[in-house]
Amino acid sequence: MLEVKGLRKVYKSGTREVEALRDLTFTVENGDLVCLVGPSGCGKTTLLRCVSGLLDPTAGDVRVDGKAVDGPPPGMAVVFQEYGRSLFPWMSVRANVELPLKQKKVAKARRAELVEQSLDAVGLTGSESAYPWQLSGGMQQRVAIARAIAYEPQTLLMDEPFAAVDAQTRADLEDLVRQLWKRLGVTILFVTHDIDESVYLGQRVVMLSSSPTVVQDELIIDLPDERDQLTTRADARFIELRTKVYEQIQAAKRNAGQ
Amino acid sequence: MINMIRRAGLAVALPIALFAGWYVLSAGSENFYAPPLSKILTAFGDTWTADRLRADVAPSLLRLVAGYLLAALIGVGAGVAIGLSRRLRATTEPVLEFFRAIPPPVLVPVIMLFAGIGNGMKVTVIVFGCVWPILLNTVEGVRAVDGVVLDTARSYGVNGTARITHVVLPAAGPQIAAGLRQALSIAIILMVISEMFAASNGLGFTIVQFQRSFAIPEMWSGIILLGLLGFLLSLLFRLAERRVLRWYEGLRAAQRAG
Repeated sequence: MLEVKGLRKVYKSGTREVEALRDLTFTVENGDLVCLVGPSGCGKTTLLRCVSGLLDPTAGDVRVDGKAVDGPPPGMAVVFQEYGRSLFPWMSVRANVELPLKQKKVAKARRAELVEQSLDAVGLTGSESAYPWQLSGGMQQRVAIARAIAYEPQTLLMDEPFAAVDAQTRADLEDLVRQLWKRLGVTILFVTHDIDESVYLGQRVVMLSSSPTVVQDELIIDLPDERDQLTTRADARFIELRTKVYEQIQAAKRNAGQ
Repeated sequence: MINMIRRAGLAVALPIALFAGWYVLSAGSENFYAPPLSKILTAFGDTWTADRLRADVAPSLLRLVAGYLLAALIGVGAGVAIGLSRRLRATTEPVLEFFRAIPPPVLVPVIMLFAGIGNGMKVTVIVFGCVWPILLNTVEGVRAVDGVVLDTARSYGVNGTARITHVVLPAAGPQIAAGLRQALSIAIILMVISEMFAASNGLGFTIVQFQRSFAIPEMWSGIILLGLLGFLLSLLFRLAERRVLRWYEGLRAAQRAG
């Protein structure tokens, strides 16, 4: 279980203080897929960096299965928005996926197996020896996802992973995330600014306010478990839910304006 | 293929034209200090025999290689340490700027006092001159490593030596190579200068000997040999660089196309 309690983050530069996160509390049960959605500039990335242990919060804490996070936890993998910068351009696709496993001291044979399985799972069999920059944006993000799942994490954090890919690729990748989540039983915290994406993917959507950020609202997504781009997005309930989320986000922006 | 021939043609056209010009213009020269090129070329063949190469060129090259490699080792090693630590940077930067501003040739007499006039002195002079561009470029390269790259490494547990060898060094590689390239030409200059001060063999020593004994065509032939040597070394460097940084060329080409 991932617990975020009273999380606050203030950036200091000289005498100026910027409060990015004010007070955030939410939990993600093991095996859940929760989407975090908020207006742009609401500190989503700050939140994710705190959750992943890359950034120390000013107050409050993050716990994974009851253990406080003070540095990247071993059972957690992160998929960053900037796939072009997060994959190492000096390494082949295979080496990129394999490096974290080498660090985990996974035996060689098992490593080869994991690399093959995870590349296969994201539909990239045969691209092992290519360099990331030889692939399209969507394929690069697939490599980043393969690297994350090969790591065999209990928790997977995704920071606006599809913000930089085109709409059709994005739809494919969304389905890929749902499919991997169901198959691997991994806990996913998915951060996005795209309201439709959050409703389509999540079991639950946590809405954030504008900065300084608090939790605006939470919504259970009671759509059928089997989702597909055509029928789910045309479903009356889907539209109802996305409207609710949209209203909350708008309300959050209005509050910020006052 | 035709393209390659054309490029090779363009590359050798100017050197051939310059040599031809020199040959024609100097053909009837009566000036003792500027003999005809034909005479210099004859002297070249007579002077740089296998024995000469072994007795004078080989020691020079060995000192050059030893000094250059030592400087690379020290420069990259210290550069990584300084680039990674803000505190170390703050303490060392003024001192580094001071040492860098000292023209290395003025240190030859000083280093002679400590290291004598043997190989140790020459290697020390080369190291002292070469280390700065390597060190400062490495510091800059390490400092400029993308934050997303470092975050990725950290969140996947790539720490310690693996972080240096698999992440920091390759990421800073292009800039380190720029420093190494600058240092190579400095190394050649210092190799000659250190031998001109005090030596019993070596290229610089031989050229000065020719000059002092008024063997003018031989002196010119030595200068041509030095030029050829510098050209050959930078060619070798470019080949090695292209091999190691092939990913960087590819990445840049992909970025330009995208």
